[in-house]
Amino acid sequence: MSDSAAERNVGVVIVSHSPLVARGAEDMVRQMVGESVPLAACGGNPDGGLGTDVAAISTAIDAAWSDRGVAVLVDLGGAEMNTEMAIEMLDQGRRGGVAICNAAIVEGAVMAATEASMGSALADVCAAAEDAI
Amino acid sequence: MPTMSKLLQDVAAAVRANAEELTELDRAIGDGDHGANLRRGFDAVAELAPELDAQPPGQALQTAGMTLVMKVGGASGPLYGSLLMGIGKSLAGASTAGTPSPSEIADALQAGVDMVRQRGKADVGDKTMLDVLVPVCEAARGGLSQSLPVPRLLDGLCAAAGRGLESTRALQARKGRASYLAERSVGHLDPGARSSQLIVNAACASLRGEA
Repeated sequence: MSDSAAERNVGVVIVSHSPLVARGAEDMVRQMVGESVPLAACGGNPDGGLGTDVAAISTAIDAAWSDRGVAVLVDLGGAEMNTEMAIEMLDQGRRGGVAICNAAIVEGAVMAATEASMGSALADVCAAAEDAI
Repeated sequence: MPTMSKLLQDVAAAVRANAEELTELDRAIGDGDHGANLRRGFDAVAELAPELDAQPPGQALQTAGMTLVMKVGGASGPLYGSLLMGIGKSLAGASTAGTPSPSEIADALQAGVDMVRQRGKADVGDKTMLDVLVPVCEAARGGLSQSLPVPRLLDGLCAAAGRGLESTRALQARKGRASYLAERSVGHLDPGARSSQLIVNAACASLRGEA
């Protein structure tokens, strides 16, 4: 793994209501962009059923952290609101470095990661995700 | 008057008792998890009873709100969590003497409802919990400013909650999963408005000493 490339690139986080969707989208992104982008995914409520979990989202953001920023892909409303909560709970210095993309979760994650792997800035990574469909 | 911890336990019991109905309402125009999600959150609040017993009211509300945020797993977690944290934070800052004044109580409720508005980017008429919470908050401010006797004040809050809930039936959803249904959401009660109304009723029953 090229650590330096991963450190230089924007990270991508996938937050789905479904653990299986999160895992599957993560697999697809890995296959497309390899290890060059910090990547993490989470899905499921705190009991493991369909839903999202603020603590798990925080952990995923930490895992995919890059000083260049982190783009988060979400599926439905609850995932977005719980991601907003997780972002607000970050240290003040990190909050501005995380953006939620208004994009389809699977296509958006693939496009965001592809853009990120080219060393693009966070705003461009989000724009790529949002243009995906 | 019950302690805040007791009031929260009474609300948790009401959520548990009505979780199935909430899920049924949500199955019609949402994704059918509202009852299960709120029950998971309030069960976690109920488990915190010993900790909440030891906290002043404002702090207990903030602890309960954060617990809902972390445990619910759906949008109702941040929304109800923001409500309780907003009320609790305002109460905690309101009065050092222990008993908040009527206007401080009204301001605290307002602060909580404003947090829900911001978090949900929604307002009255969107077919959400705000269709209940906003009129309840206004009824509370009106009743508190007129120094109504507590039983009449509480009756007024429950009546406002009931009217607010019923108003959601004719509305078209503009927020959340139900908004995907557009005009097909008309004719159904909003599940979040129903959970808000039952929480208001349970809190009022607790304040009357009925629970």
